[in-house]
Amino acid sequence: MPYTAKIKVTLRQSILDVQGKAVEHALKNLGYGTVESARIGKYIEVTINEADSLQAERIANEISQKLLSNPVMENYSFELEHVK
Amino acid sequence: MADVIVGVVVFPGSNCDHDTEYAAGSFDGVKPVMLWHNEHDLKGAKAIILPGGFSYGDYLRAGSIARFSPIMQEVIEFARKGFPVLGICNGFQVLLESGLLEGALSRNRDKKFLCCQTNIRPVNCKTIFTGQYKEDDVLSIPIAHGEGNYFAPSEVIESLEEHNQIVFKYTDALGEVTEEANPNGSLKNIAGIINRQGNVLGLMPHPERASEKLLGSLDGRPLFQSLYHHIAGV
Repeated sequence: MPYTAKIKVTLRQSILDVQGKAVEHALKNLGYGTVESARIGKYIEVTINEADSLQAERIANEISQKLLSNPVMENYSFELEHVK
Repeated sequence: MADVIVGVVVFPGSNCDHDTEYAAGSFDGVKPVMLWHNEHDLKGAKAIILPGGFSYGDYLRAGSIARFSPIMQEVIEFARKGFPVLGICNGFQVLLESGLLEGALSRNRDKKFLCCQTNIRPVNCKTIFTGQYKEDDVLSIPIAHGEGNYFAPSEVIESLEEHNQIVFKYTDALGEVTEEANPNGSLKNIAGIINRQGNVLGLMPHPERASEKLLGSLDGRPLFQSLYHHIAGV
């Protein structure tokens, strides 16, 4: 049974997130005074046809490092979900 | 003497490939050839240029998918052997994603896609790409990018400075490196860097768009000329 890796890629805190800033300003302009910040990242779902969860996890880590994120400016995290 | 071949890589979404072909090929003795992304054959090229554009639609991150194209496997090998590779704009992004150059390019500081003339200064004229410039030259060369904000961890910046790897900086019209002259927020006003070995250069400005009098500036032409002199042994 395959697994779905739900992968989140976010800009590192030290990198200025100009999209997040624009959204943050828009929310404040809408009157949401308690909004402190907004940051924008990417959400990627990858279905991996592996029976073993450790193997699926290894692949999710590998593709996140190799292609889906750029370690110079981004972090990633993921959850694995068993597809029924 | 046979013409020296310069390869210009064409990715789906490249849009400065023919301008680059024109500029690089405007010297007697140079023959540009186009190299399609799906090929493995560099067709005898003595130098490779990765042109500007939006390879693979800039999906995921600019340059991230192009980096894994078949031709790039050959280009990476070619660069590691010490042959000249030049990346312009999106080509610079591809070189960073490939690990041939260090750092990354993020969104422009002011959120805008910038398409305008900039002043840059060749702060290292001892490279194979800049030998025809002088360090006090102030060049007028256009930029056209949304993600040109150069970033690298501080230890990388220190190392780039220590080894003279910063090649172009954004300046004002007098050649002063000022915050106001920095169009996109790049650290240290960096517009272009070279690798430690000195054979791989990436820059955000478009020298091919400043290589013809009709376009308002000829300041990009010496870059192609320097490269040509190097590969032709002139």
